[in-house]
Amino acid sequence: MNTSALILMIVTWSSVTFATAYFFYKILTIPSKPEYDSTSEKSEKE
Amino acid sequence: MTKTQSSGWGSRVGLVLAMAGNAVGLGNFLRFPAQAIENGGGAFIIPYLVCFLLMGIPLLFVEWSMGRFGGRYGQHSTPFIFDAMGKAPYWKYFGVFGIFTNIAVAAFYCYLESWALSWSYYSVAGTFTGMSQAEVQSFFENYIELGTSHPVIFWIICLFLNTWILSRGLSGGVEKVAKIGMPLLILFGIVLAITGISLQASPGGAINDGIVGLNYLWSPDFSSIWSFKVWVAAAGQIFFTLSLGMGSIHCYASYLKSKEDIALNAMSAGWMNEFVEVVLGSAIIIPISIGYLGIEAVTEMVSGGSGLGIGFAVLPKLFSDWGTFGIFAGVMWFGLLFFAGITSSLAMGTPVMGFLEDNFKIKQSTGAWIFGGIILLLGIPCVLSQDAFNEYDYWAGTIALVIFAMVEIVLFAWVFGMDKGWKEINTGADIKVPGIFRFIIKYVSPIFLIVVFVGAIPSILENATKATSVYGWTARFLLVGLFVLVAILVYIAKKRQGSNPYPESND
Repeated sequence: MNTSALILMIVTWSSVTFATAYFFYKILTIPSKPEYDSTSEKSEKE
Repeated sequence: MTKTQSSGWGSRVGLVLAMAGNAVGLGNFLRFPAQAIENGGGAFIIPYLVCFLLMGIPLLFVEWSMGRFGGRYGQHSTPFIFDAMGKAPYWKYFGVFGIFTNIAVAAFYCYLESWALSWSYYSVAGTFTGMSQAEVQSFFENYIELGTSHPVIFWIICLFLNTWILSRGLSGGVEKVAKIGMPLLILFGIVLAITGISLQASPGGAINDGIVGLNYLWSPDFSSIWSFKVWVAAAGQIFFTLSLGMGSIHCYASYLKSKEDIALNAMSAGWMNEFVEVVLGSAIIIPISIGYLGIEAVTEMVSGGSGLGIGFAVLPKLFSDWGTFGIFAGVMWFGLLFFAGITSSLAMGTPVMGFLEDNFKIKQSTGAWIFGGIILLLGIPCVLSQDAFNEYDYWAGTIALVIFAMVEIVLFAWVFGMDKGWKEINTGADIKVPGIFRFIIKYVSPIFLIVVFVGAIPSILENATKATSVYGWTARFLLVGLFVLVAILVYIAKKRQGSNPYPESND
């Protein structure tokens, strides 16, 4: 492969793969929030 | 006033996979590589990624936010999501696009999807074994010209599958398919990408290494960056690939609870789509087809900006020369295309079902069969004629998206207001949304979209006035009729609503 093609491809693939893995990892590891229902939302506003 | 969701997502991973599945479609594998070759090779990635950052991600934030906001008022489709956000009565009629586009696109998309299903069957059955390239090409042409009953049979099977899955609801149907289909799609894509990249030239086999095709695709023509046409192509590809401007993202997001995160979810689904498109999509059809056919032949095949011909008329021949692995390769390739297609078409059905349930109390299972019936009827011209197919693709699959996205970002940023809009995006956010996006959403993305729309006006006028066949005119008539029908249903639904269905949104 010519140098510019190789650099573009590797930089792009690495960036996209890193971003994908990073955000999906956060999805898997961030704890879920307590469930909200209409009652608790209303009392928060009052 | 809030409304308890009658159905929702079973898990966060399921939601993200379903949203990614909504975005990942046939275009990730067939359209992107061809668009890249047509528009500067590796240099295309520059306008492409700029459009992703300045238009794609902002619109993802906007559509997810609007969806979750509408869900708070029990609305899962854009007519009344828009109605809740804008005070003027006409906004809901712009929201009609979010139903119209999904139905019209599904009508032809399910037919394409059925090709992937049938080609998976043919791969297992060994139909292409022993065929020459010309024979495979002829088989493909005979198929789409309805030389046999198979196209119709597989289309009906595909419609039935979509409808049955939709009738099982969000977590019982759509989410389950996403949790199985998306990981399999990614796995198959990785195997095929490795196969493509590692292809070696050999006597009687490939004439080029797979690297030759990669080199051709990624070699940059930096002069293309100064071309307006390339930027329009990049913006169009971002639109198409992220399923923006359709109303399906709004629908999926409307099933979130009001304080559930959208920022991280949107980023994860968006980047997952980019991984499938830019990494996997670029490493399969081009390296493999250039490996066996050469650069000149492949360049000519993708000259229309689509790799459909390569995907269905060239790869089967190449796979059939690979012996036993070729059967697996065929099943993986067409299976991957089918999963990509069905996860997208399911996303097109949910806003229609949501609209019918929210406003006419039609059960989701019944709504699914209504959706199936409508796309069966509307799809008939597409099955019979390329002209009808092209009309649906252009008006619903291209122009409607741009109009809808342009309107929704003005509504979100300027009518609903960026103060409320920014608060909406950040409510429940599990990541810090960079503040620059506030400026981008308010000023940059709307200008971007207006420029794209204005740039498309000559094409709109040309396509509206050009001569076409009876099927083409039938398609145009059906599209107009569909839009009017949905608008009438919105009008009736509004009359049935109470006097102030969105008491908090008018603050």
